[in-house]
Amino acid sequence: MSEPIIKIEGMNKWFGDFQVLKNIDLAVEKNKKIVVCGPSGSGKSTLIRCINRLEEHQKGTIIVDGTELTENTKNIEAIRAEVGMVFQQFNLFPHLSILDNCTLAPIWVKKMPKKAAEELAMKQLEQVQIADQAQKFPGQLSGGQQQRCAIARALCMEPKIMLFDEPTSALDPEMIKEVLDAMVNLAKAGMTMIVVTHEMGFAKEVADEVIFMDEGMIVEKAETKEFFANPKSDRTKLFLSQIL
Amino acid sequence: MNKLNFLRPDIKNLNTYLYSGIFLISIAILDVISNSFFNTNITSFLPNFISFLLPLVLGTVGLHFIRIEFSGIKNLDLLNKNINTNTFNAVLTLLITFAVIKSIPPFLSWFIIDATISGDTKEACTGTGACWTYIKIWLNRFIYGMYPNELQWRINLSFIALIGLAFVGLIPSDKIKKFLTLYYVVIYPIIAFVLIYYLISGGAFGLEWVETGAWGGLSLTFIVSFFCLIFCFPVGMFLALGRRSDLPTVRYISVGFIEFWRGVPLITVLFMSSVMFPMFLPEDFFMDKLVRVIIAISLFEAAYVAEVIRGGLQALPRGQYDAAKSLGMGYWKMHIFVILPQALKLVIPGIANTFLALVKDTPLIFVVGLLEIVGMLNLAKTNPKWLGYAMEGYVFAAIIFWIICYAMSKYSYNLEIKYKTDR
Repeated sequence: MSEPIIKIEGMNKWFGDFQVLKNIDLAVEKNKKIVVCGPSGSGKSTLIRCINRLEEHQKGTIIVDGTELTENTKNIEAIRAEVGMVFQQFNLFPHLSILDNCTLAPIWVKKMPKKAAEELAMKQLEQVQIADQAQKFPGQLSGGQQQRCAIARALCMEPKIMLFDEPTSALDPEMIKEVLDAMVNLAKAGMTMIVVTHEMGFAKEVADEVIFMDEGMIVEKAETKEFFANPKSDRTKLFLSQIL
Repeated sequence: MNKLNFLRPDIKNLNTYLYSGIFLISIAILDVISNSFFNTNITSFLPNFISFLLPLVLGTVGLHFIRIEFSGIKNLDLLNKNINTNTFNAVLTLLITFAVIKSIPPFLSWFIIDATISGDTKEACTGTGACWTYIKIWLNRFIYGMYPNELQWRINLSFIALIGLAFVGLIPSDKIKKFLTLYYVVIYPIIAFVLIYYLISGGAFGLEWVETGAWGGLSLTFIVSFFCLIFCFPVGMFLALGRRSDLPTVRYISVGFIEFWRGVPLITVLFMSSVMFPMFLPEDFFMDKLVRVIIAISLFEAAYVAEVIRGGLQALPRGQYDAAKSLGMGYWKMHIFVILPQALKLVIPGIANTFLALVKDTPLIFVVGLLEIVGMLNLAKTNPKWLGYAMEGYVFAAIIFWIICYAMSKYSYNLEIKYKTDR
């Protein structure tokens, strides 16, 4: 077994007095696809936001690609440059064109020459099939197109890991498929992915493992087939019966 | 012909109502016009009270007649929809129209018809209108202050040069475009300072030295406003960022600074800058009065700018910060490329507001003895040869300030449109 690329041990997090995450242990190996599901308020989003330190954890260790997440700003920025993230609300930069959204970070964070960054961005936009929209602004695109652009933007940093925080929850049903297709393609290309989602179809298709969370704890962690065919905990059974 | 009911105009008798309505309205307006322009009362055969109210009554009835919904005449529908929806609005419309007509003749006669502009002395002003001769004679002082006449070309030259240099951004060359921000934020202010320091102040290159106390008038208004605008903006921006910083020291210093300057009146700040401030400086250290004033106003306005910008920063959704951070950007990169461009765009109206207030605050520098345009007016109106023309002076100053401020506000609208990328 190879060394895990993400290793979380005994992680705890509080918002004020409220404990959101309780004793999380998680190891993710390279090229694995993990789907995290659970009811709202169970701490799924907080968990993956801790992995690139958009949220601070208060106890335990998180090691990403051999670097431990601490107060050290250099480490945090280095890890963030390697971990791409896609948000529920897309969070594209509305004052920049689609192309500039994609090239901004490569040029200024990775010091890539402008030409090379633009070529890379066009390649990534091609992958998610919105290359023809490159000169438009985010406000002129549909939700599905915006989310695909957000995926392309994250990929332009050539990350080793991709985090998805409910990427389809803010989309019309018709547009969910185009975003999921882009994610499936990415999974097939061998990216390490952690996906918070309610799309169980997607989980069945690409996930290696499914994690079920409730009340800040990992209730169940199992191989995909096992998870759906044979859930162990009663809470998982209840959850699955409600959404399937 | 359909039956007429004058209480309920309807579309069947459209023409009858329309023509009689227009006839009544015309009589009403004609009466007011003849009254105010030619001083004749065409309804003088009626009792005073009725003659006074007649135009209003006729106009209201006329507007009632033409209030026909869906008449099919585009302009009539537009009129009814906007200013003639009911009797109350009709009366308001008429009153405003009459007030405007009434106020035109006295305004015109004071401003133009009875005004004087010829001659060189007070005696030329015999009319009942404005005495523009006063403005004409003093115009040079109003623009250049006490700056020596034969040296005024230096002010002209440096202003023309600065205006010319401001248009560098229009040169359509990619090589220059890269450096535009740097140029406008750093290089241009330095050039401006050097030009004003050496050309207007003099004292080097064989140019005669002119002390800042002699500067004045409109040119001083421009100089003070220009430098204050340039300095207060970056200072305000850093204060806004500082107030939202995670570092307690930076935050508390920013909060303290902002609240201090927002809490004191500008006039006391100016007074202290000239009277108290030098007491704290070493004996041999000299700082020019004008420089002290510019620093004082800049810091004062920076506190306001900071709060305006903070409003913009707070309006941005947290997701923008998250997205920038998740791409590996540090604090400064995140703010320069993602946060500030959006926040500043949001607060253009607020910034324009602050800047307009700043320009209009410049007359306060009279408390330290610097006389910009309003200061020069006050000086001129107390001149024994020209007593009694304060009104003309203030009207003149109002017009000048209005032109400056209107140009600025127009420019800010253009910026808003230019940077509008969403929706």
